[in-house]
Amino acid sequence: MSTYSASKAVAIPQSVEEGAALAGRPLSFPTALLASGTGVFASAAWVLFGLSCQLWTDLSDWPRTHALSIAAFIIAGGILGATVSGKLLGRFGAGLQARAPWLLALGLFLSLWEVATAKFAWLPLPFFPPPQAIIEVYTDDLPKLLDSVVASVKLQLGGYAIGAAVGFLTGVSIGWSRSVGYWVHPVLRFIGPLPATAWLPFAFFTFPSNWSASTFLIALATGFPVTVLTWSGVASVNNAYYDVARTLGAKPSFLVLKVAIPAALPHVFVGLFMGLGSSFAVLVVAEMIGVKAGLGWYLQWAQGWAAYSNMYAALIVMSLLCSGAITLLFKTRDRLLVWQKGVVKW
Amino acid sequence: MVAHAFAEPITFPAVGAALEVEHISHAFDIDGSVLPVLDDVNFSVKPGEFIALLGPSGCGKSTLLRLVAGLEPPRSGSLREDGEAISGPFPSRVVVFQDPTLFPWRTVWNNVALGLEAQGILKGQRQRVDDAIELVGLSQFRNAYPHQLSGGMAQRVALARALVNDPKILILDEPLGKLDSLTRITMQGELVALWQRKGFTTLMVTHDVEEALFLANRVIVLSDRPARIKADIAVDRPYPRHRGDPALAELRRHILGLLGLDATW
Repeated sequence: MSTYSASKAVAIPQSVEEGAALAGRPLSFPTALLASGTGVFASAAWVLFGLSCQLWTDLSDWPRTHALSIAAFIIAGGILGATVSGKLLGRFGAGLQARAPWLLALGLFLSLWEVATAKFAWLPLPFFPPPQAIIEVYTDDLPKLLDSVVASVKLQLGGYAIGAAVGFLTGVSIGWSRSVGYWVHPVLRFIGPLPATAWLPFAFFTFPSNWSASTFLIALATGFPVTVLTWSGVASVNNAYYDVARTLGAKPSFLVLKVAIPAALPHVFVGLFMGLGSSFAVLVVAEMIGVKAGLGWYLQWAQGWAAYSNMYAALIVMSLLCSGAITLLFKTRDRLLVWQKGVVKW
Repeated sequence: MVAHAFAEPITFPAVGAALEVEHISHAFDIDGSVLPVLDDVNFSVKPGEFIALLGPSGCGKSTLLRLVAGLEPPRSGSLREDGEAISGPFPSRVVVFQDPTLFPWRTVWNNVALGLEAQGILKGQRQRVDDAIELVGLSQFRNAYPHQLSGGMAQRVALARALVNDPKILILDEPLGKLDSLTRITMQGELVALWQRKGFTTLMVTHDVEEALFLANRVIVLSDRPARIKADIAVDRPYPRHRGDPALAELRRHILGLLGLDATW
């Protein structure tokens, strides 16, 4: 083990020296182009996007076309600048280089999108708005969109937290205590597989407000997978761990808190992940039908007014929020479960 | 810090406990039928003795250890530690299992601290954990996680986790069974040294006749299931022992004969 880390310690300065030598040597232009080829092409793709905005006149009246093309040129310049100065930018430059293929693809996609909608209407127009129309939503309808984001995040956070907490406690109890399991397990069997949205009618006339009804539904959607996986995690803890702890003088509370729960934590995170996915679905439906606020409601409102660009704009925000939440969950998991590194992967 | 004020560490007991195993019989219920595993096993251990329990695979040796540890009550007979009946697990009798069974979510240090933490006495006694880790020579790895350790290192941690509690009886369930033969030989030596230094009573299950003879004062040979005592052999050789000792070779032939395996010797 020590030799391994020692050789690694030696290897790092070596490669840094090499890198410095490489950066210090003036590269001929073609070589430089080859070394950072994708970055240059990505920049070209964004130039293409900018040009595609300018070369033809819009089929309809979109005030942001010119601004968008300017932005595209700026981005193209940024990519080119970062690519050429590559090594000077350190980690940022390296990250950009790694993402260059994606930037290239994105530039091409946006160009195609621009041409196919705003310029030639290959895609039927009101249903497929051009990029500048969506930009327009973000600039002109920002307050309403932000309000919706805040409403959605609040509802989701509350429901998810309640569902995760209740699910975790239930899971631990039924995994640990046979008599709790006896009573709760059949109930779980009966209620759990029901899609949370099936409770919509019930929830909306039982709960005092649409907001509390929606919170309940989101908690339900989160709680079921969290319960089941926490339970299976606790139930599958190696008995030898309990034997070890007991011979060392552990009391039952220690066995639950310090043995069963940490051992079950990887399962719990799978449950939290699944709960997050299903709670998103419930959130959108609940907002559409009940709460009249949030991104789900915004989506429906936009669709009702045939404001398709608003719809797409909300969809993009929603997907960013959902993937952001999942990234956050994974980061939390990686931090809490460092000990798992190299043991389990999912 | 206070511990340093004393010339000698006060944490380890000078002498192990006596153990009486009185007419123990035990059985398991498997699918409605009763499977007897121990049949009137009867022996007593003097404080500080090193006993090796030797027997064919699956004969019930490990079950006997679980009973001594107090993890299960016997069907009949009784067990006494220093004259007091054993009614449940207690940290004066600590088991080291064949698998290290370290908690993968705890670092080496926290694994070793487990016993003190479970008994609620870790505060103010952190030095004992450091000492135990040092005792098994793993001070450099105190912050490592179990998955970063080799098999031998993990088993050393398991040993430290047991020793930190100052057991009066150390119960070893084939602790070296899964190690490679070189690590095994090293650890046999270390085990003898630890036992001589601390003076705890040791009860060890093993499959390995050579290991039993290298380590133990007494070798108790058990029969096939249900286990019965076949022979109780005193190994009267001084420590540190030599593996090539002709007296041990003679005992080995004798024991293999008892197990019906002497044909090749």
